[in-house]
Amino acid sequence: MSAPDLLYSEVEEDLRANVRRLLRDRCDWTAVLARCETDEPYDLALWRTLAGELGLASLLVSEELGGAGASTRELSVVAEEIGRSVAPVPFLSNLLTTATLVACADEPRVRELLPQFIDGSRLGTVAVGLTTVPYSAFPQSVKAEGTALSGSVSAVVDLEVADYVVVPAVDADGAALYLVDASVSGVSRSATTPLDLTRRFGTITLDRAVGERIASGADAERILRQALVTTAGLLAAEQVGLAQKCLDVTVEYAKTRYQFGRQIGSFQAIKHRLADLWAGVSSARAVARNAADTLARGDDETELAVAIAQAYCSDLVVLAAEEHLQLHGGIGMTWEHPAHLYLGRAKSSQLAFGIADHHRQRIGELADLPMP
Amino acid sequence: MTVDADELRGIVRGFLAANDPRGMDRLDFLRARFDAGLAWVHFPAGLGGLGAARELQPLVDAAFAEAGAPDNRPHLNSIGLGMAAPTILRFGNDEQRRRYLRPLWTGEEIWCQLFSEPGAGSDLASLATRAVRDEAGVGSEAEWVVDGQKVWTSLAHRARWAILVARSDPDQPKHQGLTYFICDMTAPGVEVRPLRQITGEAEFNEVFLTGVRIPDSQRLGEIGQGWQVALGTLMNERVAIGGRAPAREGGLIGIAAEAWREHPEKRTHGLHNRLLRLWVDAEATRLTSLRLRQQLAAGDPGPEGSAVKIAFAELNQAITGFELEFLGEPGLAYDDWTFHQPEFTDFAKRGPGFRYLRAKGNSIEGGTTEILRNIIAERVLGLPPESRTDKDRPWKELPR
Ligand SMILES: Cc1cc2nc3c(=O)[nH]c(=O)nc-3n(C[C@H](O)[C@H](O)[C@H](O)COP(=O)(O)OP(=O)(O)OC[C@H]3O[C@@H](n4cnc5c(N)ncnc54)[C@H](O)[C@@H]3O)c2cc1C
Repeated sequence: MSAPDLLYSEVEEDLRANVRRLLRDRCDWTAVLARCETDEPYDLALWRTLAGELGLASLLVSEELGGAGASTRELSVVAEEIGRSVAPVPFLSNLLTTATLVACADEPRVRELLPQFIDGSRLGTVAVGLTTVPYSAFPQSVKAEGTALSGSVSAVVDLEVADYVVVPAVDADGAALYLVDASVSGVSRSATTPLDLTRRFGTITLDRAVGERIASGADAERILRQALVTTAGLLAAEQVGLAQKCLDVTVEYAKTRYQFGRQIGSFQAIKHRLADLWAGVSSARAVARNAADTLARGDDETELAVAIAQAYCSDLVVLAAEEHLQLHGGIGMTWEHPAHLYLGRAKSSQLAFGIADHHRQRIGELADLPMP
Repeated sequence: MTVDADELRGIVRGFLAANDPRGMDRLDFLRARFDAGLAWVHFPAGLGGLGAARELQPLVDAAFAEAGAPDNRPHLNSIGLGMAAPTILRFGNDEQRRRYLRPLWTGEEIWCQLFSEPGAGSDLASLATRAVRDEAGVGSEAEWVVDGQKVWTSLAHRARWAILVARSDPDQPKHQGLTYFICDMTAPGVEVRPLRQITGEAEFNEVFLTGVRIPDSQRLGEIGQGWQVALGTLMNERVAIGGRAPAREGGLIGIAAEAWREHPEKRTHGLHNRLLRLWVDAEATRLTSLRLRQQLAAGDPGPEGSAVKIAFAELNQAITGFELEFLGEPGLAYDDWTFHQPEFTDFAKRGPGFRYLRAKGNSIEGGTTEILRNIIAERVLGLPPESRTDKDRPWKELPR
């Protein structure tokens, strides 16, 4: 275990600047709010720009496969910016899909499709529930007979915009991953009304839908688990971005809002809460960077680093969103204010890939702190 | 050109080839190491360093440890190394740097900090110890005559030197009338009395200063600049206290985790939950302080270190409280109430009761948690200061 590099490189800061500029121009919170009750809750044009022009979807893909050959370090910077702007783009599903497909790139069909995922012209997701704990057993709810898949999975993220779905299923050989074209017969999808207006999910039901097997047995289990661990680690970075945004906005507000003839930020009760929040965000950044760096190195500390990052960041982001709302007073309770966008994203991301308690249980196993 | 890691390894190898730690007197070895610039590599050449990057120091320390070389026992001179040295480097003149830094680093001269007073703790700038300039002095050099009382002075019973802040001009507003000195703890008029603490021992003392004469050559910085110099010291104090970056389970959490492993029969689900939360917080704080160090590689510590100090204080208090509850009956006992004056504080060697009591000081010493939150809010986040009535009035008119 070498010491992690917890800072941002110049290249990473350049990438951040580009993504932030684009999101500032195209993804202002008023635009996010306006979009969320329309027929087009996703901003797919924005996603194509992010994926195609800025190359975000290709970061985890090796150069040999046509990608940028970067790592989770760069991707985590992007995740921070997506979190900061609560961008309504299929980012999380893209992380899951890319992490899975890259590991199955020996399959000709996967190789053929990857370029379309990279340029953003095709979207994919993985049929696991959004609250799946990365360290849990391989899902059993879909069965495969030959190439025909039957069963259903709820809370599949970004399902409604997916062109392809990677389905974990159990077949005659045990665990397997199947690639399913979402438009074939036997696939039905229903959207759930989400708490988080900026990130949607739904239930996929498969009734003898035809898929193509891309991994099986222990490989399938390992690939799915690694994809979930990687995505959970990057979600921590997204949470850092959102928490920082909540803090920045609230500090600004505390300097401009006057009550009792002075700025509310001059009251110690408020200063101390913001100082604590700043310290929390600083720590969240350190543990999320540690996860991104450890994932990039791929050493055997990966699961521990991700569990620590999720155990810390998923509660911290909720605290940040709640403090943001409380310190804004009544205006924070209105629909016309972004507080609820931040809170919805924060709270639902806290549930995603296991709540902090699940990650602490895993830490107990990994750090030799056994249960009673 | 600054020295990089490879060159530094080469310099250490060459030094060890010429100075065999096993065949040499301990102090001679340490002095030679200082003179070779391998004491604190980020200090300038000639003052114990090579002007290298701060983050290369662990590499040098590890190489010396591996060779079985004696170290400078840094735990015995934490105020000297952590606070006095960076302050002397930054504000001292060449003569002062050459006089004080070498014996400080080798541990020949221990330092203490004469800042707090009975009437001035958090509000340090209101301190009342007087320094009056005496132009006559000895020979051609002016002297200062210092009178006052300091309190909570850790290690005063061991110290050869002290960093001291005193009021040189009571007619100025409180921040402007201060001057910073190096005080000889063996000078006539310096009296040290131990203060027994809640742990039974006396780490800290009261120090009475009565007509103590300090030569002007022991003034650090300009007359009236004492507050700026003191702020520099305090920033380093918070890094020294909070900025240590131990290995995983390196701090008090390691002791609690070991107890957990050794006593399966004492485990409960509620305690397990608490332990895991503390473990994650300890790891988060460790990584935060590591990240701060990486950011700090160049430049002086800023107000950000305050957050790590708050976190360590809260963690240490929560962990040591947890430890007693987990242990049960052994948690009722105390290892040793005997009054003595320790050379340093060793959490690990003492019992859980001592750890529990001593950790209570972590949120008071080096700036209370409340004051550190003010610092983060005002200096990091830029929030407006409290409305204050004391800033622009002459010190002597302030209510006390
Ligand atoms: C173990 C130990 C070792 C020490 N070693 C040294 C040493 O070597 N040298 C040295 O000079 N000093 C030393 N100190 C002193 C330490 O720096 C002071 O105790 C500390 O700064 C607090 O000052 P005080 O004790 O006067 O408390 P006060 O300043 O009187 O504080 C009392 C309470 O009021 C709160 N408070 C004060 N002002 C504010 C404010 N503006 N906003 C909100 N709350 C406020 C404080 O947080 C605290 O809770 C040591 C202290 C301890 C416990």
